[in-house]
Amino acid sequence: MIPFEYLRAEDAASAVAAVASRPTAAFLGAGTNLVDHMKLGVASPELLVDVSRLPFDEVEPLPGGGVRIGAAVRNSDLAADPILRSRYPAVSRALLAGASAQLRNLATTGGNLLQRTRCVYFQDVTTPCNKREPGSGCSAIDGYTRYHAILGASSACVATHPSDLAVALTALDATVVVLGVHGERQIPLADFYRLPGDDPHRDTVLEHGELIIAVDLPDLPFAARSTYRKVRDRASYAFALVSVAAALDVADGSVRDARVAFGGVAHKPWRATRAEEVLRGAPISDESFLQAAEAELAGARPLAGNEFKVPMARNTLVAVLRELAQEEAR
Amino acid sequence: MTGLLEPHAIGQSLTRLDGPAKVTGTAPYAFEQPVGDPLHLFPVQATIARGRVTAIDSSAAEAMPGVAGVLTHTNAPRLASDEDRELWVLQSDQVAFRGQFVAAVLAETPEIARHAASLVRVEYAEEPHEAELRADSAKLYAPDELLAGEPTNTFEGDVDGALAAAAVTVDQTYTTPMEHNNPMEPHATIARWDEDGLTLYDSTQGAHTVRVTLAPVFGLDPRQVRVIAPYVGGGFGSKGMPHAHNVLAGLAARMAGGRPVKFALTRQQMYSIAGYRPPTIQRIQLGAGADGRLTALAQDVIELSSKIKEYAEPTGKGTRVMYAAPHRRITHRLDPLDVPVPTWMRAPGECPGMFALEVAMDELAVACGLDPIEVRVRNDAEVSPESGLPWSSRNLVACLREGARRFGWERRDPTPGVRRDNGWLIGTGVASSTYPVYRLPGSVAMIRLLGDGRYRVSIGAADIGTGTWTALTQVAADALGVPCERVDLRIGDTALPMASVEGGSSGITSWGSAIVAAAQAFRDQYGTEPADGAEVVAETPDNPDAARFAMQAFGAQFAEVRVHVDTGEIRVPRMLGVFAAGRIINPRTARSQFIGGMTMGLSMALHEQSVMDPRFGLVVNHDLAEYHIAANADVGDVDAIWIDEHDPYVNPMGSKGIGEIGIVGAAAAVANAAYHATGIRVRDLPITADRFLS
Ligand SMILES: Cc1cc2nc3c(=O)[nH]c(=O)nc-3n(C[C@H](O)[C@H](O)[C@H](O)COP(=O)(O)OP(=O)(O)OC[C@H]3O[C@@H](n4cnc5c(N)ncnc54)[C@H](O)[C@@H]3O)c2cc1C
Ligand code: SF4
Repeated sequence: MIPFEYLRAEDAASAVAAVASRPTAAFLGAGTNLVDHMKLGVASPELLVDVSRLPFDEVEPLPGGGVRIGAAVRNSDLAADPILRSRYPAVSRALLAGASAQLRNLATTGGNLLQRTRCVYFQDVTTPCNKREPGSGCSAIDGYTRYHAILGASSACVATHPSDLAVALTALDATVVVLGVHGERQIPLADFYRLPGDDPHRDTVLEHGELIIAVDLPDLPFAARSTYRKVRDRASYAFALVSVAAALDVADGSVRDARVAFGGVAHKPWRATRAEEVLRGAPISDESFLQAAEAELAGARPLAGNEFKVPMARNTLVAVLRELAQEEAR
Repeated sequence: MTGLLEPHAIGQSLTRLDGPAKVTGTAPYAFEQPVGDPLHLFPVQATIARGRVTAIDSSAAEAMPGVAGVLTHTNAPRLASDEDRELWVLQSDQVAFRGQFVAAVLAETPEIARHAASLVRVEYAEEPHEAELRADSAKLYAPDELLAGEPTNTFEGDVDGALAAAAVTVDQTYTTPMEHNNPMEPHATIARWDEDGLTLYDSTQGAHTVRVTLAPVFGLDPRQVRVIAPYVGGGFGSKGMPHAHNVLAGLAARMAGGRPVKFALTRQQMYSIAGYRPPTIQRIQLGAGADGRLTALAQDVIELSSKIKEYAEPTGKGTRVMYAAPHRRITHRLDPLDVPVPTWMRAPGECPGMFALEVAMDELAVACGLDPIEVRVRNDAEVSPESGLPWSSRNLVACLREGARRFGWERRDPTPGVRRDNGWLIGTGVASSTYPVYRLPGSVAMIRLLGDGRYRVSIGAADIGTGTWTALTQVAADALGVPCERVDLRIGDTALPMASVEGGSSGITSWGSAIVAAAQAFRDQYGTEPADGAEVVAETPDNPDAARFAMQAFGAQFAEVRVHVDTGEIRVPRMLGVFAAGRIINPRTARSQFIGGMTMGLSMALHEQSVMDPRFGLVVNHDLAEYHIAANADVGDVDAIWIDEHDPYVNPMGSKGIGEIGIVGAAAAVANAAYHATGIRVRDLPITADRFLS
């Protein structure tokens, strides 16, 4: 850990100005990820600008029916929010499936979205890692791959994004609201995260100094019957091997509309658009669900050591869709 | 035969005497001991698995304000003995494993030390290394003996002939992974030199063990080493012996101009410095008649050791005492690798070995179409199978039967893969458990009558969270014939009389026997009217019965397992352990040891695995986020009970060690239940969801 300066931001604009003007500055949420990385030498910011106490700590209705989640809302508060629980239960469940109660009490919405991969090589500065040190090589590809990608990876990086929250938000068409030196912009979450390509150094499309101030969820009535299912190596307090966020709109025995995203399988929350296409209009049946899962996973390229994720993702998606369809029928 | 103590305090569920100090945060653990003006130490660890250090540039570190010094192999004080290469710290340029200490920074604060350590540049000449245990390794060798002097190989009869003639055979290979002890409190020490020698406030399972091990390393007389360890936050074996961090702190303190040096390992550093359970590959061959009676029993073990220090896990030890079979073979081979040094981890030997044997016994039951309890009962050994000695007491069958009754075993349909509840397949499994009764020699207890009518009982023993403070007080009370309030126990310091290590579940037997002997001597010497200040010392006596009887605790482990049909996730809603471990000194602390051991066995079954990346010689999941230990949600209803067992031969308390038996067999019970649930036999730990997916 290197010596660093600490600044508590007074307002969003000055926070942005402080970080944007200094390449070695970083925003600080609760620090549950960033401070770990500082201790491990994975990150060495010289200035921390604490944005966890900026007044973005509410969940508010948006004109047009959606909701806005402030970037500083704590994970526990968000999970317990009545609007989220009734209208977007997948989001609430995803949060509760993540980390531990203690971490959730601290962690912020913005920090959660920007937490970095749990790839063990990324977190150990004594091993090569293209994400941490571009050009040094990827230790994971021929190494320990249990938590690594089966979709959308590159020969430069096979890491997965660890956030559960981001998977649910991706499925439900959320948008990230960011403030930069040139003002505000909105980025659909589906375009917010990057695939590794040959530049795994960057997780998202954010520019240095851009501050997340909110996440907007659009009005999506059938999201009231959404859910999140996480399969992991412990019953709690473990990152996903595979997870599924889904919402299903059914009528007259068939699927009218669907939203599906996978976690634990790619460098970003994986919006399963192919599965959604298959589902739209399909009869409610295990066969349809299986077809949807297989359509999405046809492109899976597992690594030696994580082949199991393909059947795990397939089975989990089918089980989740079956459950949602049954819920609907009741 | 010993006359057993009449139990008054013994058998009472006393609450922990050290409990209030612990829950109020006033019990000082090693790192918290109040010392004036300390310096802080942070190490630099090798980033190669084998080779030489060719250059160290510490100028940037030394230039940092607050840095008091940088230790390297070129400037560290010389040590006196290289007999134990694990403790030969900073004495040469050789690197024998990744993570070895190659330098260290002494500084005014922990933060400065840590940052300065990251500025030390080390260059290496790397040499090829081997870090992966392989059954086909060309380097396999048979050690002279196993961990505690057990024979490497034992043979009886004609195993191959008996297997060829057997009606039913099982021939399978089982593996257990590398596992790290991971006590809650990291290994920590405060070292200080003065004219009298070296003082260590240490987190250890044996203050005297640290003293006698480190004195020759530093070229000191043992009396010049003082070790203080009243409270220890767990060890599970990894604090049984001092490790390199103790030596590094001692070296640094030598250079600290009389200031104390504080050093706590980070969780990550523990993975290369503080020991671990080595991985094993075990082939088990069973031959039996159609009635399930064993005719042949073989266990051939291949396991990891380190090149710089031999460690021979006694994996087949449990098998040697479990079941009768006329033809037997138990062998061990070591694969010495360029890896950190393994050490004891809760029930070394029995824990991995009984996983393999007890899954194999389940396979035998299936092959014979017999109930797994019945198979075990039929093979119960009337005398100890290898030594031929009669048992001082053996109640395995009683444990199995009592457990079966309580667990609801009689309703069990043996067919695998047929019970389903809401998407979960359900099964139940059983396994036997055992652990020896060890008595370590050499402990000395001192008893002195204080002016206020209390007896001070002094012995340099350890409480690593197990309950020694309380249980030894109870033993002393009954030995002296007084209530517990009149016993003033002192432990955890080499200023107190010699005591053996808290290991091998030997503490109460070894220390308690010394205390009972001292109380006897006290009565012999002072009669019924002792004067204030009257004092005696006595040593743990030999037990002549040890040569006449085989002494083991036994138990039966039961588990219910659920496996999700779609995802393969595993849950263990219910575990029951039934133990026969002689007289229980304190039911409250005993139960905590049993269920703690079982929970650790559950954790072993489902989670624990140190992932060695052989390319680097590095355990890559070296923290508690990535190395999984069972968390609350994984642990269902875990219950432990014991049966009344009278054993007049083991020691004057009639007790057997209970710290380790709880883990033995637990993982096998889970694996057997998972088979019963799914029909899928998992022979490699841990049992993870992917094993059940197709
Ligand atoms: C043991 C453990 C287990 C965990 N398990 C899970 C799990 O199962 N599932 C899961 O989803 N997560 C899990 N987590 C991760 C946890 O959710 C994250 O650490 C947490 O959400 C990060 O939030 P924070 O506010 O602490 O972020 P910080 O650590 O403060 O910041 C993280 C990153 O975001 C940046 N940042 C923070 N706020 C903003 C902002 N407003 N705008 C722009 N950039 C910002 C920081 O600069 C930093 O790069 C686990 C963590 C631990 C330690
Ligand atoms: S997978 Fe990505 S994060 Fe992991 S080692 Fe490779 S490059 Fe680094």
